This record gives sequence, C-alpha cells and structure tokens, in this order.
Amino acid sequence: MNITFEQPKIKESPNYLNIRYGWRSWLLTTDHKRIALLYLFSITAFFMIGGAFAVGMRLNLTSPNGLLFSPETYNKLFTMHGIIMIFFFLIPSIPAVLGNFLIPLMIGARDLAFPRINLLSWYLYIIGGIVAVAAVASGGVDTGWTFYAPFSTTYSNTHVIMTAVAVFVAGFSSILTGLNFIVTIHKMRAPGMTWFRLPLFVWSHYATSIIQVLGTPVVAITIVLLGLERLFHAGIFDPKLGGDPILFQHLFWFYSHPAVYIMILPGMGVISELVTCFSHKTVFGYGFVAFSSVAIAVLSFLVWGHHLFVSGQSMYAGLIFSLLSFMVAVPSAIKVFNWTATMYRGSISYDTPMLYAFGFIGLFTIGGLTGLFLATVAIDVHVTDTYFVVAHFHYTMVGGMVMAYLGGIHFWFPKITGRMYPEGWARFAALVVFVGFNLTFFPQFILGYLGMPRRYATYAPEFQSLNVLSSAGASILGVGYLIPMIYLAWAWNRGPRAPANPWGAKGLEWEKSPSPPPTFNFDEMPVVTENAYNYGAAPGATEAHG
Amino acid sequence: MGNLSIFPPRGSAFAGQVDLLYTFLLVVSAIMMVLIFGCIFIFAVKYRRRPGAPPPPQHHGSMLLEAVWSTIPFLVMLVMFVWGAKLYFDSATPPANTLDLYVTGKQWMWKVEYPGGQREINEIHVPTGTPVKVTLASEDVIHSFFIPAFRVKHDVVPGHYEIAWFQATKPGRYHLFCAEYCGADHSKMGGWVNVMSPADYEVWLSGGERGGSMVDQGAKLFSQYGCVTCHVLDAKGRCPSLRNMFGHPVQLDDGRTVMADEAYVRESILDPNAKIVKGYERNVMPVFQGQISEEGLLQLIVFVKSLSQPPEQPVPTKGPPVTAKGSPK
Repeated sequence: MNITFEQPKIKESPNYLNIRYGWRSWLLTTDHKRIALLYLFSITAFFMIGGAFAVGMRLNLTSPNGLLFSPETYNKLFTMHGIIMIFFFLIPSIPAVLGNFLIPLMIGARDLAFPRINLLSWYLYIIGGIVAVAAVASGGVDTGWTFYAPFSTTYSNTHVIMTAVAVFVAGFSSILTGLNFIVTIHKMRAPGMTWFRLPLFVWSHYATSIIQVLGTPVVAITIVLLGLERLFHAGIFDPKLGGDPILFQHLFWFYSHPAVYIMILPGMGVISELVTCFSHKTVFGYGFVAFSSVAIAVLSFLVWGHHLFVSGQSMYAGLIFSLLSFMVAVPSAIKVFNWTATMYRGSISYDTPMLYAFGFIGLFTIGGLTGLFLATVAIDVHVTDTYFVVAHFHYTMVGGMVMAYLGGIHFWFPKITGRMYPEGWARFAALVVFVGFNLTFFPQFILGYLGMPRRYATYAPEFQSLNVLSSAGASILGVGYLIPMIYLAWAWNRGPRAPANPWGAKGLEWEKSPSPPPTFNFDEMPVVTENAYNYGAAPGATEAHG
Repeated sequence: MGNLSIFPPRGSAFAGQVDLLYTFLLVVSAIMMVLIFGCIFIFAVKYRRRPGAPPPPQHHGSMLLEAVWSTIPFLVMLVMFVWGAKLYFDSATPPANTLDLYVTGKQWMWKVEYPGGQREINEIHVPTGTPVKVTLASEDVIHSFFIPAFRVKHDVVPGHYEIAWFQATKPGRYHLFCAEYCGADHSKMGGWVNVMSPADYEVWLSGGERGGSMVDQGAKLFSQYGCVTCHVLDAKGRCPSLRNMFGHPVQLDDGRTVMADEAYVRESILDPNAKIVKGYERNVMPVFQGQISEEGLLQLIVFVKSLSQPPEQPVPTKGPPVTAKGSPK
C-alpha cells in the first residue's frame, strides 16, 4: 500500500526533525533517527580528516624521494589515515548511520531496544574520536593502524598509548551498537515480521552485529596488553622480555580480519535493497543471500592466519588458513551472482543509488577476485605487504563499503530529510567517484606485483609513473566525494519535498511511514502480511509466479 | 621506467613458477569479470525501465543455479589452493647442500654475513645455480626480507630465526626491500642482491678483508665469554658437552626431548634455565639476554653447528672458500 502524503502548505506535519529544536533535543536525544544523524555528521567530519591525510600521502608519493614530508611525517600520515578511516569512519559508517536509522523502521519498531545505550554508544564514539584527534594534534602516532609489537611497545616514540585509548573506547561504542541491534532484531519485530520476511539489510546487520559483539572485545584485550607492555614492560610481546611478537599478530588479526567484514557486510545489505528496488524485482535467492551473510560472519573468525603467511607461523597452519580463506569467498560470490540474477528481466532504472550499486558490484568483484590471489599462499608471499594488498582492501572497503554507503545515503535521503537531492548532479558525482577510484587504485595492483612495498615514504624511481597516475586519480576521487557533500547539504534545506515513497520501493520504512518519519516511526503498529521485496504485488502489478 | 611489463624481473626459476600461477589467476579473474560485468551490462541495457511497460515477472530463486555457482567457483578455487600450496611448500623447505648466509635486520639496514667471515651491509652477493639459504634474525623490531625478483619474502622476527631460500638463475642486480613497516626510515631499508656467475662469485669471495670465518669468530666468542670452562668439549664438565649435540635430540630434566636446532641453542644461550639437560643443574650458566649481539649469536650457533659435523655438510674450519664449491645441487 502506498501512503501518499500531502504536505500542508503552511506548516510541516510533526516529524522527528521538527518536533523539537535546541541542542538539548539533539545531544540528549534517545531517538534512533536523531542519533543516526549525530553519527552522520561526526563520521563525515572524520572522513574529511582521514581524507586529508590521504591527500598528503598521495601528494608526497608523486616524487620518489617524497615531495613534501619527511619519512617520519609520512609514517604518521598513513597511520592516522588508517586509524581514522577504519575505526572512526568505516566501522561505524553504515551500521551507525543507516542501520541506526533504518533497522527499527524496517522491522516495524518504535526505536531500538535500548535507546539510552544507543546514545551512550555515540558518546563513547565521540570520546574515542576526540582522544584520537588529540593524539594527532599533539604530534600523532607512527605505528601503522596495525600497532605491531615490538615496534609499538618498545621502539615508537609517538603517542601510541593515547591512540590505543581512542581505539579502545571507540570499540565499546561498536560493541554496544552491535548488542543493541541483536536484541532489537530478536525482540522488536512487528507482528507478522518473521525472520524470513526481514529485509536483507537487517540480515546483514545482524551478521555484522555478531562480529562486533564477539570480535571487538578481543581487540580491546589486545590493546590492554599492548598498554601493559609499553608502560610496564610486562613481557608479553617483546622477545627481550620473554614475549613473542607473533602472539600480538594472532590476537590483533583475530579481531581485525572479522572487522573487515564489519566493514563490508552492511554494504552488502544496502546493495541488496538497491538492486531489488531499482529492478522492481524480488531478490533472487533470498535465503542464500541472507545465510551467506551469516556464513561470512562465522567464517570470518577462522581466517585470521592468512595475515601471517610470511610471519613465521607454521607452514601447515598457513595451508589451513589458505583453504579457509578460499571458503569465505564462496558466500561473497553467491551474493554477487544473486544480485546479478535479480536484475534479469527486471525493470531497471538508472537512478543514482542504482549507479552506486553497479559501481559496488564492479569494484567489489575486483576486490573479491584479488582476494583469491592473496589466499593463494605462494602469490601472497610475493604480494603481501606490497601495494597489491593496499589496492585489494581499498577495492573492498572503499570501492565496496563507501560506494554502498553513498548509494544508501542517496536512496534513503528522501526518507531521512524529507527532500529530494538533485539527480543530475548526483549521477555526475557517482560517475566521477567511479572513474577516480579506479584510476587511483588499479595502478596499485600493478605496483604491488612489481614489488613496491606498502608504507613507503620514498621508493625506487621505476615506480614513479604508476604512483603519479594513482595520485592523479586520487585528486579526481577527492572531487567526486566533495560534490555530494555540497549538493546534499543544499538539498537538505532547499531540495523539493519528497513523498513517502519516491522510488516505489517495498518495505515498511517506505510504505508505512512518512518522509521524514515521526518520532515513533509509525502512526499505528504495522502488521506484516507479505515477504520482503514483494514487487509482484506492487499496486497495479500482476504477479507472474509465487 | 619505460618498462611496461606487469612482471618484475625474474631472477630465479621459482619466479617463473609464481608468475605462471599468477597468470592463471589473472585469466580466471578476467573470465569471471567478463561473465559478471557482461551480464550486468546486458541486463541493464535490455531490461531498462520503460514508461508504461508492465511490471516485471518475479523470480524467487533456483536451487540448481545456486548449486552451480557455488560449486564451480569452489572447484576452481581448490585448483588455486593446491597449486599455491605446492609452490609454498617448495618455497618453505630449502634443499640440502645450501650455501648459507646470515642476515640480521636492524633499524634501518641489512647486515649480511657469509660463513667465510665476509660481511656486507645492504649488499648481498650470490652465485647462480646454487641454492642459497638465508637465516634471518632481527636486532630490534620486525622487518621483512623481500626480493621481488625471486618472489621471496619472509618476515624477520626478533627472538626467532626464520629461513628464506632461493636459487638464482640469472646474473643481475636486484632489489632487496624491507616489506614490514619498521619505523622512520623503513622505506630506505633496502639494498641490492648481486647475482653473479659461479666464476665471478669465486673471484668476489676471495677479494676483500675479513676477520676469520664465522666458525672461527664463534670459537673466539666461545672462549671469550668463558663458555669453554664449563662446556668442556670432550669430557664431562659442569655443563653438557656440545660435541655432536646440534641436530640431535636432547633429553631434558623434565622428561621432554627437544631437537637441538638454532632456536634451541639461541634460547639456551639467552635464557639457560628455560630448558635444562637431564643430569645437569639449574642456575649454573649466566643469563646472556642482552649481552650478545644478534650477529654474535649467529656466529656462536655456526660454531656449535660445526661441532656436530653433519655428514652432508662438511664444515670449513679455516677461511673461505666455503660451501659454494663442491656442493652443486
């Protein structure tokens, strides 16, 4: 059923945005939608900071000897780029903004299960973020985001402890968000919203939440051990004190490999929504797409050793981790194939969110296929710690997650703000992002196989032309990210009013709630009577089968 | 510059094998990309939304398709796994009769020592045709020993001995990089591997100054640190004799048996009480943690090794030339 929402000419109807004004109504809010916006603005700020570091790096790398910065400064740039982008942008990006906003709306709930904990998790994130910025302001840190011991525990003279505290605190924000989602999805579903009627966005967030709750405590413990070692010389990681540096890598990657799935599963959830909506088709293989998320979450805990193929881990362990790493590729491939099949005989429109979905599938496929190179041990030995790896994870996390995030932001922008964005500018920006991204990161695959190690402030002259190409691409990519910030900010105030369901999409957030939604989401408790993505039953539609 | 190849130079036969596997993966990836992107492109054009068209038919899924597109990629991946594992296994197990080099990484240089006592910094000289085994040690943080032309990389971990090996086939000068981030001048911690014909290598070996072979230097340290007073070589002393100890199992006082390898000797020097040989007392030997440099440790280990004379590796007791000659593969 479509609710057409007539906007009164004089006064807006009450919604979550206009119901109250003033800083208290934002900073003390327990409304999941307002908290989502708090996250939206804060992660955007961190994206700008992390992006500025990337600009510095790419500028420096246009010259083999380093154009602008000393190696010490460059090392801090890539370290802070990684830490800010991973812990303060990518991990919270889709879950804390879109997940927060949409999960209650999608399952027919008034809010998350624990609204105050939701606010607490934003405050923890902000405290962590402020500590991280303070660490940058007071001189930065140079350990790499991986904090490998004994460099981080004994040798680095930078602000390791302060940065570690920042990551530690932000970790609790992530745990609480995951916990909140799990409880909400279990307990708050509307009547008729069975597990297999859940939108795939919810399934992928459920899988993500499992990783956040089970994995993040391990990195918290690892950070505590790192602190004990650095401050009190506990002898856990430093061989001179009787420790073992490889232990740190096991602990670190036991969290941080699953964490890369925290950084992609929510994106996959967004893409499932976009592909169905803009093809006007029910998703192909719902059960397979849903369970592949869970399979990825489970397998993600069994592959950490593929980061240690050359670290001195047992050769036999390496072989097992190699095999398991191939296995985690299967559920990812299943998703790509099902999205493709969903488009078959669909009614495909080229609205901006769909352009981002096309981009995601293309870039994530390349990211996934190059993951196979890294799972193949003999190739990994050659390309690990080179630009090949840098290119690979940027294809999955930036080509994947950031494309999905932008696609999702455009898709739900009318719902979040009650306004439409300018479609022409948006399509143009999506194209610029896609071109800029490939120009930036594709040359890095070649650089990596040619043997250029990552985290290099200076490099051998034969690598210069590809580095210049990559930096040129980065400047295009940067523009591609700036354009949406400008027109979305404009459209928030000046864009044309959006109807409740501008895309003709299925889902409670579109069909049962106005744009923007009221504080408690639904005027009356929705009752669900059909499966997700029942596009065959759209008004005026005739059902072909099922 | 000017070289547009996507492959770095191939300095060993192994490099060609890795490139072949890499090419296989490139081809598989290209096929997958053509299939997926081709489908998406065709669907996007052919099924683009047309105003006034009837709503599309709905497909809920197909067990057969799911089975096909899960199984076939997995089988292809198994090929990658087995092929990659086989090459990895080869790259991780050096053959017998290697030419042994000892490389110590420290912030931010590579120190290279040859059994004959020659030392270099950031330069390695090896002959073609002989397998070279590199024992890797670190004085400070983790480094990574990376020679792109050989497709060889291994982390250099403090407190561990790690092994890398290669067999060069083509004379040339190849990059040596540090691939694991190790601090300020990480990107400058590089050097060159000079691959020479065996004849040129012999000439190179005989030139230059040196302070005695690694065995000699180890023997010197052995008496300098007073080891020789307790570790009496051919009689019972307060500590176990080291004659014929290396490479053999050792009975410990807690009932365990360990193999006397490089790691065991290293640990027994740095922390003697960690493992006590059956029949000997604790706290007799001083703790040498922090007292001996990584290079000194390697010299002592080479010396202890020389006391065991494994049949396959005759130990040079005096000066160069060393194992390169008379131990062709």
